[in-house]
Amino acid sequence: MWEQPHVAAQEEAELLLEKLSNAFGPSGCEGEVCRVLARTLRDQVDDLQTDALGNLIAFKRGTGPEPRLKVMIDAHTDEVGLMITRIEKNGLLGFRAVGGIDDRLLLAKGVIVGEDRLRGVITAPPIHLTKPEQRQQVIKIDQLVIDVGASSEDEAKGLVRIGDYVAFDIRFEVLGTDGLRTVKGKAFDDRMGCVVAAALVEDRYAVDLYLSFSAQEEVGGGGARVAAFRIEPDVAFVLEGTICDDTPKKEDVSPTSELGKGPAITIMDRSFIADSRLVRLLIDVAEANGLPYQFKQPGVGGTDGGAIHLTKAGVPSVAVAVPCRYIHAPVSLASLNDLDNTVALMKAAVHALPDRWPRAGQ
Amino acid sequence: MAVDIVTLLKHLSEANGVSGYEQEVREIVQEEFGRYADELRTDSLGNVIALKRGGGPEPRPAIMIATHMDEIGLIVSEMEEGFLHFQQIGGYDDRVLLGQEVTVHGRRKLPGIIGARPPHVLPAGERDKPIPYDKLLIDVGLSPTELAEQVRVGDLVTMRRELVELKGSLVAGKALDDRASVAAAAVCLEELTRVRHQWDVYAVATVQEEMGLKGAITSAYGLQPDVGIAIDVTWAKQPGTADEYTYELGKGPTIGCGPNFHPKLQAALVETAKALEMSYHVEPLTRPGGTDAAAMQICREGMPAALLSIPQRNMHTPVETVSTKDVERVGRLLAAFIARLDEEFLASLAWDLGLDEEER
Repeated sequence: MWEQPHVAAQEEAELLLEKLSNAFGPSGCEGEVCRVLARTLRDQVDDLQTDALGNLIAFKRGTGPEPRLKVMIDAHTDEVGLMITRIEKNGLLGFRAVGGIDDRLLLAKGVIVGEDRLRGVITAPPIHLTKPEQRQQVIKIDQLVIDVGASSEDEAKGLVRIGDYVAFDIRFEVLGTDGLRTVKGKAFDDRMGCVVAAALVEDRYAVDLYLSFSAQEEVGGGGARVAAFRIEPDVAFVLEGTICDDTPKKEDVSPTSELGKGPAITIMDRSFIADSRLVRLLIDVAEANGLPYQFKQPGVGGTDGGAIHLTKAGVPSVAVAVPCRYIHAPVSLASLNDLDNTVALMKAAVHALPDRWPRAGQ
Repeated sequence: MAVDIVTLLKHLSEANGVSGYEQEVREIVQEEFGRYADELRTDSLGNVIALKRGGGPEPRPAIMIATHMDEIGLIVSEMEEGFLHFQQIGGYDDRVLLGQEVTVHGRRKLPGIIGARPPHVLPAGERDKPIPYDKLLIDVGLSPTELAEQVRVGDLVTMRRELVELKGSLVAGKALDDRASVAAAAVCLEELTRVRHQWDVYAVATVQEEMGLKGAITSAYGLQPDVGIAIDVTWAKQPGTADEYTYELGKGPTIGCGPNFHPKLQAALVETAKALEMSYHVEPLTRPGGTDAAAMQICREGMPAALLSIPQRNMHTPVETVSTKDVERVGRLLAAFIARLDEEFLASLAWDLGLDEEER
């Protein structure tokens, strides 16, 4: 019998996404994101740990006979952001990017600065005082400043410090009420993955589940590297909010992934080749459960899979992602249908895993 | 009760009112000006006109204060596969549009994003080129079918930005060009409820300034004031702008000087600022144009015109930044100036041909 989806659980996932999307967490400053996750997870898991890099690792014991498979679920907690690098005499603040941000996206945006979460804006010269040929030039990041309202160097120094992190000032919202159920917010790369990972602990599995909410993916994947070293998983699933470049274009180029077409399974990206058995598992499970899925355009982007699959003697790994438009920009857009389908696919895949995978130690 | 400038600016800034479609802002202005005015009306183009009657004998001279309530925006020009192409209404630098949040004014208000392709997929060299607005797309997150039900070509688009308070009495938001001046006019009207003045005062929130000063042209014609003062924003110092054309934020208003402005009117404003010990700058503007003062100056047989400006950073972007201190100062300066106006002042504005001296 077809069952109504668990409405309460869905709303909870949406609420968690909202909290996580609004949380402040450029690479190296993921504490707020981890605190939101820890509060959500603490009653549903058997153990919660943090490590030297600020990863949050949750453990949920399996019910199968020992030795049980150790399954690592990775989702990165950090987001691309900015960092204050210079305080000018006029109280304005110079900055650099933390992670990959297109300079062209920075002009005239609202930002949140530092531990006191000061509101600020990135300035943009008025059109009236710029020449047409200047407007053909991209303003580079080192020529931009953040204005928090300080009018002198001394005043600015009382408010911010060199090295303070900066996130975009964007709030989560539901956009579409129609079939796509779209939402917008910042940092969907990879708070989407965090929501999927957190939703997995609603079930108990035969396998031992290690959720690694990993720091610093956007600056090289150091968090996932050390988490995988500690966990020593038999198998790893990397959960992402991935590139969805499906806007209409004149040229015939791949959209990488498409909105509303289900979880995007990685076969190969710039950082690793996914384990073919895990890819097959995901396809079979999706088809058995009538879930939509798509393949992410091979060779585009990188994930924590790059670090995890080379850990110790190697870890078979695969990445599954919620397609997100406009990642690495201040505000991104995604479909809750894709989120729900990714959760459903991952739950089913982890349940199906023991029958499809050689037992640990064998 | 003094005007709560931040709250008023928040309401004004977050209201939507592209040139020609100022209704949302008009309602806020009507309510605010209505608190202090003796008479309130809206003319045929949609200008809000508040009259604060003077105490002098009739027929009384009248001064008109013009602040424009329209804002620049975008308009839907085409739909493609669930995305919206747009044209500009007024002048955004194409470069500030990328990655902004917008409101599409379809059958209902639809929040949207001006999308940017992620850096991972951009061809080499692409990041060195700004994207012209006609290559950008708005995404409201609806399927093509749903979008077609909600949005039509010609629907307006405004920037979607909450007003934020920064430190040092600064606020940043959209449409503070020129709603910061509308707030200054409210401050002036409120002051005038407590200050005796001889002249009639018409505070006008004009429409369609960004499209060629349309509201000021018609309202000045209709009101036939003796003197006209526009309040607008001017460029504050910030990186990427020349020192010569820019003024310190939060260090007082500028008083325009140049062919658009009557020298005696300008001098009287300077004198008033000095009497109030208020910091100000004289702003040379070598050509008439660009503000409602230009329309007022050449209305009917002409009138003495002046311009007070509030320094603003990031003009014509969604993060226009002003100091609430400057907003308050402009309102106070204008009220003090109005309190000084008498019959003699009006007479003093006549051009002196030096004939009296010859006779002597």
